[in-house]
Amino acid sequence: MLYALCFLLFMIGLYSAVVKKNMVKIVIGIMIMEYAVNLFLIMLGYRLGGKAPIVGEEDIAGAGGQVSDLFLNTSVDPLPQALVLTTIVICLGSLALMISICIRVHEKYGTFDITEIRRLKG
Amino acid sequence: MKGMTIIVKTIAGWVKILIFMFGIYVVLFGDITPGGGFAGGVILASSYILLMLAFGRESVEKNLPQALALKLLCCGVLAFAAIAISGLFFGADGFFWNYIYQEWLAGKDVEFLKAGIIPLAELAIGLAVAASLFLVILNLSSFRSDISVDEKE
Amino acid sequence: MLIFYILLLFILIAAIIAVETKDLLSSVICIGAIGFGASIMFLFLRAPDIAMTQIVVEVLGLIILIRATIRRDLTFISGDREFFGTVVSVVIIFTIGLAGLTVFQSLQDFGNPIFANVPDAASQEYISQGLAKTGAENLVASIILDFRAYDTLGETTVLFTTIIGSLVILRREGRKTLEGPDQ
Repeated sequence: MLYALCFLLFMIGLYSAVVKKNMVKIVIGIMIMEYAVNLFLIMLGYRLGGKAPIVGEEDIAGAGGQVSDLFLNTSVDPLPQALVLTTIVICLGSLALMISICIRVHEKYGTFDITEIRRLKG
Repeated sequence: MKGMTIIVKTIAGWVKILIFMFGIYVVLFGDITPGGGFAGGVILASSYILLMLAFGRESVEKNLPQALALKLLCCGVLAFAAIAISGLFFGADGFFWNYIYQEWLAGKDVEFLKAGIIPLAELAIGLAVAASLFLVILNLSSFRSDISVDEKE
Repeated sequence: MLIFYILLLFILIAAIIAVETKDLLSSVICIGAIGFGASIMFLFLRAPDIAMTQIVVEVLGLIILIRATIRRDLTFISGDREFFGTVVSVVIIFTIGLAGLTVFQSLQDFGNPIFANVPDAASQEYISQGLAKTGAENLVASIILDFRAYDTLGETTVLFTTIIGSLVILRREGRKTLEGPDQ
């Protein structure tokens, strides 16, 4: 059920990116899709009643840094977190690129409406 | 962009150093506490963006000009690549190997550089991310489109 | 589990407002609310570095978006809507939604990660051998910088290229004679 709500968020972003005529609304749709994908990936790796994947003092059992079995059975999945961490910073970079394109187009045509831009020819 | 009133400027002058120190703490302790290079880099950039919002763009550009920020960005990315390649010179098994930990420090109980190559790479990434975000917001705020230019039509 | 439903409902309502309202400034503020709700949800999902990164990235994203939409004289878009194109798009998106919902039947339940049932998954080795092989106590940092360092190299390249591209788009030649008074 939680996965379905996350997918509904993705559908809302897709609707805004496809149907809307305002360029900033298209950018907002793409941002909502990115948030939905990040949420979904982290929700995949969650364990009920789990711990964050950081080894504390009480989790080390044995010499050489071996972790205890309790930690192995109650920690959440660290791999999707590693993938999403870099994705979030790339989302910021792509937002900056999209907004700079929008500003340039607004400077040249005077409007954010994509149907007007199709009709004017420079 | 223009600056703000005198109250905002005073408080921003005190707060910016705390944000900068917190950013450096998050980057340096990235292998022990949550955080790491990416979050710390964005926090470092946001301390300069606070300055830009409070004092205006020109005074920040005198402090850290765009050319210097571009050089810092290139240094950060180059340092990351250099750390990756330097393993090949020290007898590592391949590209991007954690040779500092495997050869010298495994099993020992040191305080400095405990995780080998990881803190150095975090520093390089933090520098690169901070410089890049500072550059992009500096350029976005200096783009004046309501000056009538002759390149329209 | 109740807190997840409440937060997701908050995010969904903010997303619907962001998409449907006519004022651009309200949409941008709702994007800020979505990012904030997502950051709190990451805290409850036991991902502290993601929560920290998400909240500062969302604040900077708000600054970038507001820079683009404020002081532009056209914040209200009017005009006739194409009825046929809208209906076809909504029908296609609805079909995609139905097809996606049937995929979720084959996923595990929420709260039961995949690596707990597969004994030779990669995450098992990362958790049990992470401290011994890399010496870092933050397992996420050991994954992104030691076990899977190529992905970080690719991410640095993508970020660098994106920022250089954005600088090239915003460059303006011959600005020194056009600097008007700073209003």
